[in-house]
Amino acid sequence: MDADAPLLAVDNLTITLPAGRGRTVDIVENVSFRLDGAEIMGLVGESGSGKSMSALAIMGLIDAPGARIAGSIRFRGRELIGLDRRALRALRGAEIAMIFQDPMTALTPVHTVGWQIDEQLRAHQPLSRAGARARTVELLGEMGVPDPRRAADRYPHQLSGGLRQRAMIAMALSCNPSLLIADEPTTALDVTVQAQILDLLRRLRQDFGSSILLITHDMGVVAETCDRTTVLYSGNVAEHGPTDALFRQPAHPYTAALLDSIPPLRGTRPRRLPSIPGAPPAPSARPPGCPFQPRCAYGHVACETRPSLLPIGAQQVACVLPAEGRALPPRAVLSA
Amino acid sequence: MSALLETRTLSKHYRIGSALRGYRTLRAVDGISLQVERGEVLGLVGESGCGKSTLGRCMLRLTEITAGEILFDGRDISRASDKRLRPLRPRMQMVFQDSYASLNPRRRVGDLIAEPLRIHTHADGARRGEAEIAERLGELSHLVGLPQSALQRYPHEFSGGQRQRINIARALALSPDLVVADEPVSALDVSIQAQIVNLFMDLQESLGLTYVFVAHDLSVVRQIATRVAVMYLGAVVEIGPADTVLHSPAHPYTAALISAVPEPSVGVTTRRITLSGDVPSPVSPPSGCRFHTRCPSAQALCSMTAPALQDMGDGREAACHFPLLT
Ligand SMILES: Nc1ncnc2c1ncn2[C@@H]1O[C@H](COP(=O)(O)OP(=O)(O)OP(=O)(O)O)[C@@H](O)[C@H]1O
Ligand code: SF4
Ligand SMILES: [Mg+2]
Repeated sequence: MDADAPLLAVDNLTITLPAGRGRTVDIVENVSFRLDGAEIMGLVGESGSGKSMSALAIMGLIDAPGARIAGSIRFRGRELIGLDRRALRALRGAEIAMIFQDPMTALTPVHTVGWQIDEQLRAHQPLSRAGARARTVELLGEMGVPDPRRAADRYPHQLSGGLRQRAMIAMALSCNPSLLIADEPTTALDVTVQAQILDLLRRLRQDFGSSILLITHDMGVVAETCDRTTVLYSGNVAEHGPTDALFRQPAHPYTAALLDSIPPLRGTRPRRLPSIPGAPPAPSARPPGCPFQPRCAYGHVACETRPSLLPIGAQQVACVLPAEGRALPPRAVLSA
Repeated sequence: MSALLETRTLSKHYRIGSALRGYRTLRAVDGISLQVERGEVLGLVGESGCGKSTLGRCMLRLTEITAGEILFDGRDISRASDKRLRPLRPRMQMVFQDSYASLNPRRRVGDLIAEPLRIHTHADGARRGEAEIAERLGELSHLVGLPQSALQRYPHEFSGGQRQRINIARALALSPDLVVADEPVSALDVSIQAQIVNLFMDLQESLGLTYVFVAHDLSVVRQIATRVAVMYLGAVVEIGPADTVLHSPAHPYTAALISAVPEPSVGVTTRRITLSGDVPSPVSPPSGCRFHTRCPSAQALCSMTAPALQDMGDGREAACHFPLLT
């Protein structure tokens, strides 16, 4: 392990899947990002942009026949691509944990949540049954589950959606992972419960120094929760940077247009919403140049070559405009 | 002139459970009285399970109601038979969230949109001829922004946004007065959602439509609705002009709901009102005010007496003993 290496460094990650008749399709192309200790990074994009596939690749959980993963995923400096199953499984239990939109992906309906967390604990630490249960109850309490002793004796279906999500997070955190990957953890929840879970994630970072890779399609969730943000579009990084800078002045026309198309909750109500024409391309029909070009208001000849990520201030952007010395895309709706 | 649609202490209860474990009553909609005026867009908001969809389906009498009344254009349709409802059906249509489930995959888009035109006759009983149907199809596809070529293709060839255009065209085929749209943009990606919200707004304006627009996303509702009704556990807790309700909520639940929405901008500092716990079950709603178990303003009175909707003096009504003053 390399003490100076970032906690997680993903470089030029490309995920290729077979697409029938001997053809292949790149679901994710040359995606790079890093995550430091005690940091929450948002991986944001619309459906099909490659968010979940990237997360599954980090977890070593892509087992589709014929899938090819290229590039590099280093965890504390150690390469994960090509690591054998046993080593990966050990890492997953202890160092990297994942939570999902649907808690039933991680919990089984046939045992109480307490039993499931106990088992997880005992698999990685030498604990007695009673010792494990004490720790489980403590964990559930830390996750904001009221009356955790009783909740531990419940089956998942006996808990509300918000409590199930908390139980899954408790299980994921049972072995103090240094990296938590959260894939749309609040998408199925109501806003008032979502607010509770996002509070919890922020607290984990603050109190336990956990690092979180937060995958979401919701720009509001990112703005409120993440220190840094990576925007994906059609399997490629469109831009990344500190959340503050990125929301104040998006550098990629896609990010700007996406933010503009969200109806504002306050301030003046636009007569029409600025919208992006068309729809994202299927991975098999992605243009060879900038993937956003067919929908971009600024598209021109130079965009027919795939732009690489270039720094602009604290951000990095895969767009030709800044390199051409052109102004960043203006926002259509002035925030109040 | 009377409201286009009115509900009077409308209730829809479901019997759930089994003979073995006993039956219980689930109060999905519990005594709702409201009016939908001609040409307005009434947004229905509230969290999962609060009864938005059930209310929407009751309004169009797509389901039997348990108690209360529904008046459509002044006529009592609360218990009207299918036969008596039939001539009114063309005037009230529904658009659903799942753009795929509502479209038969084996039929061409043109046939799907034309289906209501073939099923329903003109008001005088005359059937529509193929030439008339073809002309109407042309109008409809233009109206919703579908290319003519789309009519020959099948639903699976379209993206979610385009499929929702197909559903909208179908709902508009018979020139309805009232459209109840149940989460029609919730399944769409943001960049597509804006296109469809704009389409709903354009159509409402150009055709003078009346909408009941169900959505859990407050910012979408603010964009499209003229009035908003906020629901909690089967009841309306606040109703009034969209700007009034969403900018200066009177009901503590509305305030908490708004404050919980994560906003896609940095630098706005809003006070988050964190509600503890989850929404109680509609099988056993709390006594008194349904919201008292989670309400930050609750006092002793709240668990004993249920507050009725009261006029707040600014065109909005709220059901709270201690409404928030602005
Ligand atoms: N056919 C049914 N049988 C029994 N209960 C039902 C039935 N349909 C709805 N319910 C219940 O009625 C209540 C209201 O449901 P409804 O679907 O109207 O809520 P909603 O506000 O539309 O929620 P969502 O935001 O999740 O769509 C819920 O508790 C639901 O479980
Ligand atoms: S009546 Fe009481 S419990 Fe209900 S919303 Fe008002 S203050 Fe809260
Ligand atoms: Mg619903």
